[in-house]
Amino acid sequence: MMEATWLDLGPITQIEPGMAATLPVIGGDEIAVFHTMRGEFYALVNKCPHRQGPLSQGIVHGDSVTCPLHNWRISLKSGQVLGDDEGCVPTIPLKIDCGRIYLLRESVVGQKAA
Amino acid sequence: MNAPATFDSARPAREKLVVIGNGMAGCRAVEEILERDRERFDVVIFGAEPRVNYNRIMLSPVLAGEKTFDEIVLNTAEWYTENAIELIAGDPVDHIDRERKTVVSRSGRVEPYDKLLIATGSDPFIIPVPGRDLPGVVTFRDLDDVDKMLAAADLGGNAVVIGGGLLGLEAAHGLSLRGMNVTVIHLMPTLMERQLDEAAGWLLKQELERRGQTILTGADTEEIVGKDGHVDAVRLKDGREIPADIVVMAVGIRPATRLAKTGGLECERGILVDDHMVTSDPDVVAVGECVQHRGQCYGLVAPLWEMCRALADHLTERKLDGSGGYQGSVTSTKLKVSGIDVFSAGDFSGGGEGEDIVMRDAARGVYKRLVLKENRIVGAVLYGDTADGNWYFDLLRKEEDISDMREGLIFGQAFALGGGALADSNAAVAALSDDAEICGCNGVSKGKVVDTILAGACSLDAVRSQCKASASCGSCTGLVESLLALTLGDEVQAGASTMCKCTSFGHDDVRRLILEKELKAIPQVMQELHWTTPDGCASCRPALNYYLLCAWPGEYEDDQKSRFVNERLHANIQKDGTYSVVPRMWGGITNPRELRAIADVVEKFDARMVKVTGGQRLDIFGIRKEDLPAVWADLNAAGMVSGHAYGKSLRTVKTCVGSEWCRFGTQDSTGLGVKLEQMSWGSWMPHKFKMAVSGCPRNCAEATIKDFGVVCVDSGYELHIGGNGGIKVRATDLLCKVATEEEALETCAAFIQLYREDAHYLERTAPWLERKGLEWIKAQMFDGLDAVRQLAARFRHSQKFMQDDPWAKRAAGERRDLHSHLATVVPAGMEYA
Repeated sequence: MMEATWLDLGPITQIEPGMAATLPVIGGDEIAVFHTMRGEFYALVNKCPHRQGPLSQGIVHGDSVTCPLHNWRISLKSGQVLGDDEGCVPTIPLKIDCGRIYLLRESVVGQKAA
Repeated sequence: MNAPATFDSARPAREKLVVIGNGMAGCRAVEEILERDRERFDVVIFGAEPRVNYNRIMLSPVLAGEKTFDEIVLNTAEWYTENAIELIAGDPVDHIDRERKTVVSRSGRVEPYDKLLIATGSDPFIIPVPGRDLPGVVTFRDLDDVDKMLAAADLGGNAVVIGGGLLGLEAAHGLSLRGMNVTVIHLMPTLMERQLDEAAGWLLKQELERRGQTILTGADTEEIVGKDGHVDAVRLKDGREIPADIVVMAVGIRPATRLAKTGGLECERGILVDDHMVTSDPDVVAVGECVQHRGQCYGLVAPLWEMCRALADHLTERKLDGSGGYQGSVTSTKLKVSGIDVFSAGDFSGGGEGEDIVMRDAARGVYKRLVLKENRIVGAVLYGDTADGNWYFDLLRKEEDISDMREGLIFGQAFALGGGALADSNAAVAALSDDAEICGCNGVSKGKVVDTILAGACSLDAVRSQCKASASCGSCTGLVESLLALTLGDEVQAGASTMCKCTSFGHDDVRRLILEKELKAIPQVMQELHWTTPDGCASCRPALNYYLLCAWPGEYEDDQKSRFVNERLHANIQKDGTYSVVPRMWGGITNPRELRAIADVVEKFDARMVKVTGGQRLDIFGIRKEDLPAVWADLNAAGMVSGHAYGKSLRTVKTCVGSEWCRFGTQDSTGLGVKLEQMSWGSWMPHKFKMAVSGCPRNCAEATIKDFGVVCVDSGYELHIGGNGGIKVRATDLLCKVATEEEALETCAAFIQLYREDAHYLERTAPWLERKGLEWIKAQMFDGLDAVRQLAARFRHSQKFMQDDPWAKRAAGERRDLHSHLATVVPAGMEYA
């Protein structure tokens, strides 16, 4: 059921379009939840593959974010680093239901198990 | 017992099909079934509304007065009779009893079924605010709602529509045509954000406002206020109150699953169905907006037809079109507001792996965007010219490879398929006659452009400056580039670099055009100057934000999402993701109270380091973003404000102790330093800006490697500009010498303003001075009679809106969302220590 599988993060209005919010995970990596200008939501581990910059603090444009530390560009859809650099950020399955944000629970709490 | 038995035996045994829902989905499903097998079912349809089936999506034209109800009826009373369908209208089904295989209506009527079809559609979503039940608050779902709106419109007055999506805007349009004063309240910053991107949403907003509607985006409803038992106003969370004689709630719909849920059918968002529209009970099927198929719910009409075909194939065990069930739908949207053409299809969330083709025509108010992936169209947004919408949608659905017509694709079907010559843009331009107009804004013909190129203009920039072609809106840039290529071949010179890959314009042109065309918002700049991306990039957004801020002080509203993190959080991000905080110390002077407050903050927030900076300030390291407001509150309490050590702004004014203490000091350098800092703190600049004041030519404050430096001498003040101690050390140039402190302050204000108004974003004064030349700067400041005074006056005007401590506002709770976490996840079994 929804309660067991999905983690309810509350209403979508918490995050303004073009911005991101953070979700620390005890014992795991912090997660960044992005709201694009177009209204899409994505969740990624809040860590640039380059020097671990907090992606949640970058400028969001289209469906990518530019890391605030060294301007690496990351696709919010795939977590893939764009342009000439290489790397990938783990993504977390997310869904919006009745105006609320849900993350796939196993991807949130299971990330540290590996 | 007897009579029905006799009646039944006269006909072959038929199965009983009960349909819940007399709407577009239910009736269409029945039509599809009858088309395949007229004899198989006895059909009973329950409808909640007391009328025959009508075309619900045409309610908007009925509201707008463009159609009557009779014109939108889909199935007349005769249709039900001719097909021996029993319609039970106005008596909705109350519950389903799957064990007994019956449905029970509200009036108590029990109807047995062999097969049950659920087509309950969707319910309007009502936002849970106080006052939502007041008389005068309506939804926009059925004819009764339209009647209520028409009754309200007859009395005139104010209408508030909550929701700026498809439905809300159509309601607003209708009420506006009926003479009401309409305000649309939309939670998101972009209208129709599910179908449009920021650029198209902005154009739509402009057009609706031009037509007299008030559009409030980013507006969150707090309460619907009543008076004398009727709706009276809508109050927003920011305190604004909008008068309302009627409120239309059109924020969205949700699948109507109540009957299915209480009947024990599996539901998530919608009723779960397989590819044959069968629910978790094999005798119960469902179609339309109430179902969830492969994780998807649909709120548009087009998927219904495909669903109904799949359902009919299954129920009659006949396949008319041989399909393997329902495969899900790709949808497209058109806004039904007369005179406004908006089309949207597929996925256009853009950027990333997809590739955008954008075409803008500011003069015609056209914006077109195609999103490509692996040579296929995956999304399209069209505004102002939707003639090719269906063609693009067709290419999208068929997943056709478009590589052969890629060049001309954005210009539409006629152009792209117009044959080789036209598809090659250079050849098309070559075919133009000499008197063909290239640049509409400045009236420049092809012949004129070619002559200019032959006369020595070898780059786009040179053409722009010499004959003005493509120098205004830039929509003919492609044509001019083609002419350069045709005329010069390989000898075309790359012109001055553009601002970024999103535009063909350089910084100077953008700044000039912002003023000339009075552009006052980022999406407006992007549309008018033909940006090739939908919402810019991390380079151009902050630059445009600064240019607009500089051009329209007090008028332009700063766009936080176009700010680099440091300027958004008013602190400096460090490599570990924590922040450093530098409070302002005017001229580098501090006192015990400030020092105690800083020491307390360091201990209280466990800052890992405090350091004296090169600009004579104290820098507190290792503060977490969530602690920043509390840190600022403590520093504010001791009288300190933001030091802007994080901004493209005035950083610090470094001073020596000057004549007050030093035996060599010639003037009060600390006093002047404090005055300079108080005059210029808080101003945003193209890049960071540092100042210093030295009390004598020994120059202890190192004023000659600052952006603006003052060296005091016996007879007055030497003012120096364009120094830099960074990667490339540059000593200042002497700008002038003045006799009084007042003149020094005035000249400084004027120089800062000249830099603010002319330099490119992220250009320090040193490279700016080298690019423009010292003589040019002197000429700007001293050739005109009154130039210094005018520049300084503009700076002071702008400062009126800037000298507002950002820390105090944050400490008071503004933009808490930027500093707090959504939540913290604690895995099961783990407790906080």
